[in-house]
Amino acid sequence: MELSERHRIYWNRNRGLTIALLLTWFGVTFSVPFFARSVTFTVLGWPFSFYMAAQGCLVIYLLLIYLYANRLRKLDREYGVDEAEDE
Amino acid sequence: MSALGQSNRAFFDQLKRYYRWYTWGLLLFVAMLWAMERFGLPRIWIGYTFMFTTIGLYAGIGIMSRTADVAEYYVAGRRVPAFFNGMATAADWMSAATFIGMAGTLYLQGFDGLAYVLGWTGGYCLVAFMIAPYLRKFGQFTIPDFLGARFGGNVARGIGIMAAIICSFVYVVAQIYGVGLITTRFTSVDFGYGVFLGLAGILVCSFLGGMRAVTWTQVAQCIILVIAYLVPVAWLGLKYTNSPLPQFSYGFVMERLAQREQQLMNDPKEIEVRDIFAKRAAAARARIDALPQSYDDGLVSARKAVDDLNEARAPIPEVRAAERVRDSYPASPDAARKAWAAEAATNAARAAPLMPHGEPFWSGNPDPVKAEAERNGKRANFLALVFSLMMGTAALPHILMRYYTTPTVNQARQSVFWSLAFILLVYCSAPALAVMVKYDIYTSIVGRHFSDLPAWISAWAHVDPSLLSVVDINHDGIVQLSEIKLGPDIVVLATPEIAGLPYVITGLVAAGGLAAALSTADGLLLTISNALSHDLYYKMINSSASTQRRVTISKFLLLLVALVAAYVTSLKPGDILQMVALAFSLAASSFFPALVLGVFWKRANRAGAVSGMLAGFLTCVYYIGTRFPFFQGLFGLNAADWPLWFGIQPISSGVFGVPVGFLVLIVISLFGGPPDPETSRMVDFLRYPNLKATASRET
Repeated sequence: MELSERHRIYWNRNRGLTIALLLTWFGVTFSVPFFARSVTFTVLGWPFSFYMAAQGCLVIYLLLIYLYANRLRKLDREYGVDEAEDE
Repeated sequence: MSALGQSNRAFFDQLKRYYRWYTWGLLLFVAMLWAMERFGLPRIWIGYTFMFTTIGLYAGIGIMSRTADVAEYYVAGRRVPAFFNGMATAADWMSAATFIGMAGTLYLQGFDGLAYVLGWTGGYCLVAFMIAPYLRKFGQFTIPDFLGARFGGNVARGIGIMAAIICSFVYVVAQIYGVGLITTRFTSVDFGYGVFLGLAGILVCSFLGGMRAVTWTQVAQCIILVIAYLVPVAWLGLKYTNSPLPQFSYGFVMERLAQREQQLMNDPKEIEVRDIFAKRAAAARARIDALPQSYDDGLVSARKAVDDLNEARAPIPEVRAAERVRDSYPASPDAARKAWAAEAATNAARAAPLMPHGEPFWSGNPDPVKAEAERNGKRANFLALVFSLMMGTAALPHILMRYYTTPTVNQARQSVFWSLAFILLVYCSAPALAVMVKYDIYTSIVGRHFSDLPAWISAWAHVDPSLLSVVDINHDGIVQLSEIKLGPDIVVLATPEIAGLPYVITGLVAAGGLAAALSTADGLLLTISNALSHDLYYKMINSSASTQRRVTISKFLLLLVALVAAYVTSLKPGDILQMVALAFSLAASSFFPALVLGVFWKRANRAGAVSGMLAGFLTCVYYIGTRFPFFQGLFGLNAADWPLWFGIQPISSGVFGVPVGFLVLIVISLFGGPPDPETSRMVDFLRYPNLKATASRET
């Protein structure tokens, strides 16, 4: 079928969100190891970069995925492309 | 809510009920065994009970889920709720190496080992944003399916089949190997029998019920492996952080560990032991330099030692030891060069100063300029490894296949969240476990008399000296840190005993390791046999085959692949274990660019995809083939003639393969015309969870 203007906007917004989240993902993943040696302070006993690589980044990844799933579910409904059989 | 939504809801509630009962049953079972242990049940029986009960349980689930229906067999009927698909994916993902080896790798490598933690979790962002929802919307059965449909023709599909089989086969051999090791260690059966026992455990699930049986078994396995990992960690946490959740508080243990490291670094006894190792390394190097004369001298003196002892009527064990030295003497000067080089390397490694656990990219090189260069090299390799593992995660077919099984696109997105959530339960605990075990060994083992070491040390050293060996090198009767040699697996295996838990928890840990290995092996075997039966046979050879015939052929191939894999495993190919990490780079280079651009770039066409996949795959294969030590040996290449690109190790060859794949795919696509309108419509179909005017709905 021909896509409507709304369909195009939906895809653009999905793509925009995907790019923003990917940039965050890349920034976190790259900067923690890259600057690990210059960041020397500790938090609750952990050297900060060790904490980030062992746990902090992991939690950020989980949050990013949560954000994506939630935002897109709303986007699906807003633009009428959601699935009927989903609750 | 529609009728279908209602039935999905009811199914979800029913599953929750089943698995809640199952979890309680598991805990009750452990409690009962614990009571029996207190009444004197021998350890070996605890091992057997765990092994056979859990395998019997998986078999039971497999038999209950048997099916001959195509959709059930390949994608579990597409009605696995997001939450349970997340659990199944987590079990599918966490292999024997993760469960048994990850904490040990972190123990040995400190900060640098975190590359695996980052790489094997961050990849799920890529899965969530760029792959899982679109694959679910595509709604077929395999990854080569997607490539074949999006890019048309059998070439793209064929390359997909080849890459999927290569990656998965290496991986599945490593899993069966893990099963063999675990059964050998805990029930003292022969490795060969262990492999076949494991094979039986794998086959009862996947053979009868395909994806459907594998899914529900993987959920059960996920519960076992998470409990088995967290219980000892919680106990050790109580001991060292006064909290059963050390994941949140082990920072303070790290602080104390760093202080202890400072003490040990300058301890004169430690320096003495390291000097002995340095001298041994130097002696081995001197013998290499004096070849071939030193070869003859060594042989003469080895023979003379035996004769002298015999003449002096020395005690039998001493004579036997000298005989062993003589009999294992290298067969030729060339063999001696190799053996002595290895000896020099091992000793030099043990002579290295102590590595601070939290220090990123540490180098022991005394020359500051060289040390700085080494540390920068390590940082580059850390980043390269992280990105290779991440893109590999987002390209391994046995993981991606799982996202075909959810009822909707939206649930596929949520399911990635649940996958990572369950994976984090283990991945956030592993670094904590490594730090606590290290602190325990540094404070309660180092400095003790050899006469009063805890029982677990000699027990595990007896099972396998490569796991753990503690030898009094400087003959002072006291354990120095440098006298302890650890294999990575010991950290998880010995944790229950270090924490002072009863043996039944050790049995639970073994069952967890077994669950991790079996669940991954199940997923991989299914991937291989589906690639052969669905993609190769049905789609490329005989597209008129009946559904009945397709499932039968798939089951037959599954059996065949499993037997071949078990046979390869029984040869104990040590080298194949090192190759598992290579599978990630290989999968990333072959699949990742085509999967992503297939959805996000309409202009990508067949010629581009085919050449991009081939270019990525070949770049990766070329780099590994010429730079990886095993293959250098195989092809007779001299390492010095094949310098690394930018100093990047072959394990991370994905950082070259993926960009090459993307570049070639884009350039070649631009040279050709845009794909036909039908492909363009298909991409639209993928991008929208529901294009309402197209009334046809996937089932």
